[in-house]
Amino acid sequence: MSESTPNSFRSGPDEHGRFGIHGGRFVAETLMPLVLELEAAYEEARNDPAFHAEMEAFLRDYVGRPSPLYFAERLTEHLGGAKIYFKRDELNHTGAHKINNVLGQILLARRMGKTRIIAETGAGQHGVATATACARFGLECVVYMGEVDVERQQPNVFRMKLLGAEVVPVSSGSRTLKDALNEALRDWVANVENTFYCIGTVAGPHPYPMMVRDFQAVIGREARAQILEKEGRLPDALVAAIGGGSNAMGLFYPFLDDTDVAMYGVEAAGKGLETGLHAASISGGKPGVLHGNRTYLLMDEDGQIKEAHSISAGLDYPGIGPEHAWLHEVGRVNYVAATDEEALEAFQVCSRLEGIIPALEPAHALAHVMKLAPEMDKDQIIIMNMCGRGDKDIFTVAKHLGVEL
Amino acid sequence: MSETGRIAARFAALKEQNRAALVTFITAGDPDFETSLEILRRLPQAGADIIELGMPFTDPMADGPAIQLASQRALAAGQTLPRTLEMVRRFRETDAETPIVLMGYYNPIYVYGNARFLAEAREAGVDGLIVVDLPPEEDEELCLPALEAGINFIRLATPTTDAARLPKVLNNASGFLYYVSVTGVTGTREPDVDAVRDALAYIRTATDLPIAVGFGVKTPQQARAIAEVADGVVVGSALVNAVRDSLDDQGRATDGTVSAVLDLVSALAEGVRAARQ
Repeated sequence: MSESTPNSFRSGPDEHGRFGIHGGRFVAETLMPLVLELEAAYEEARNDPAFHAEMEAFLRDYVGRPSPLYFAERLTEHLGGAKIYFKRDELNHTGAHKINNVLGQILLARRMGKTRIIAETGAGQHGVATATACARFGLECVVYMGEVDVERQQPNVFRMKLLGAEVVPVSSGSRTLKDALNEALRDWVANVENTFYCIGTVAGPHPYPMMVRDFQAVIGREARAQILEKEGRLPDALVAAIGGGSNAMGLFYPFLDDTDVAMYGVEAAGKGLETGLHAASISGGKPGVLHGNRTYLLMDEDGQIKEAHSISAGLDYPGIGPEHAWLHEVGRVNYVAATDEEALEAFQVCSRLEGIIPALEPAHALAHVMKLAPEMDKDQIIIMNMCGRGDKDIFTVAKHLGVEL
Repeated sequence: MSETGRIAARFAALKEQNRAALVTFITAGDPDFETSLEILRRLPQAGADIIELGMPFTDPMADGPAIQLASQRALAAGQTLPRTLEMVRRFRETDAETPIVLMGYYNPIYVYGNARFLAEAREAGVDGLIVVDLPPEEDEELCLPALEAGINFIRLATPTTDAARLPKVLNNASGFLYYVSVTGVTGTREPDVDAVRDALAYIRTATDLPIAVGFGVKTPQQARAIAEVADGVVVGSALVNAVRDSLDDQGRATDGTVSAVLDLVSALAEGVRAARQ
């Protein structure tokens, strides 16, 4: 908290792609011209009303936006405190918030004349969203996925293949999401002419963290207008799960300068922060440089990156977006953590009380809501981002509950 | 900027001999500290003119499978940044002249502490650094402090470095320029010698720095072809593959490990020396 409070929390990044000391462009020279080309193309697109009009039309008619803001009445009664609203991004086409960002990047890739799209995926949600948009626009799609994740997320692997994507299992390193990202970067270095790298979260070299945030900020803009319409005022708290942090950044960003709105980013504590088996980069990591940006990372004393652990494959990443790292350091957002057990409990409570089976990622956010809401007054309001649906997770959950399907 | 130090001295001496430098890459600690140190010590005698010593990292984004696996072997054997510096110190006990360039990724250095790293690297006898994920846009991180500490910061130019970008790459470059001969990761595609020749001719209009060419050079024949047009030829993946192929079933060094690497270096050195005959 050494930095003084800025005039606006929404002014980043600076011209070097930095949020405080975080962010930047830590990539190999081969990629640098591509990163600069992307920055220029995005700058042009974001100032072009035609780009926004195209984006809005697809978000409405293809994705199904705006997503509802839903009052979770029975959960609110059950917890006996603040009123709880869900921002229902799990109702989007493909079942998660990932498609918001993918659509923006694919439309940008088309503007840039790129014909081949590559992506990394962990749980498979970003891969499915990318494969979906590529099918819609007739683009070649290659998705890198760690071998370990390929095994534990078979339904999503099949979905991607149905959508016409090539899924490449990654056998290097720890064979999970971080290695899939490495492999996608290697592909990009080798195919610089025709290939666009569609990153799935608010990480990577500048301009990705800013660009992905901007594409996801539709979540927060809608939620802000919806809560003003329903309650006539802003919420007291926002809660969202954090892996790389794109759904959280999307919800938080339009509220950052509403300083009466408290914000909670919920990292995955896995088996517990004290066990070392977790994915909580801020709660249990320190600043370092990986995948093109400086941010909080899980690593050993020698700066070697450690594997993340979480029941949720979507949170299983040893880093966090650089803007989150900065929001933590300036104290604007509170970063907390929920364990596998707490998320599993929240998963079941939500299913039974609201008839909504959440993905394991927002189940972490819900686990924090279940701690927070009872401490708040009944006239206070929480908005939680229900960023994905749980269909993909029923096998994982069944296994942890000792149920054979 | 006038160039001093072991790297400049070595290129100047080779220019007198009218031949290119053989730049050999090995990963520090691969397959274990002692074997790696033994290889390192004997590289100059086998014909290496400049040594690139890889600092292993879990996530080597710009490297192909060969060097990734070498990093994994080294890390599994307990290699760390301090141990890599220790290897350089031990090497300097018997060799005061062969330039050593540490090559790797930024995170282990950043976590160790840039100032502490530079001071210890300098004291150990390191002459240059190649940090793959520090482009000119991030010069203030390590490039400028390294120059101040008297360590060359070696820049990479690639086929994607166009005329508009070249001055940016050359600004603050020192020691030599590393021309990446292919778009891709290390050790995969083969370089096109004609394309390399054209690229170097163009780059030489903008700099007097020696230019070494790497990424994809595997055989003595390729080394010879590149040595005809470049000031240096870098070979890495082929050498770490020689390590890999010499290991036993458990991945441990054998009696043949050191010689497997050194024999290949000798053959490459012959190729380089034959280039301008």
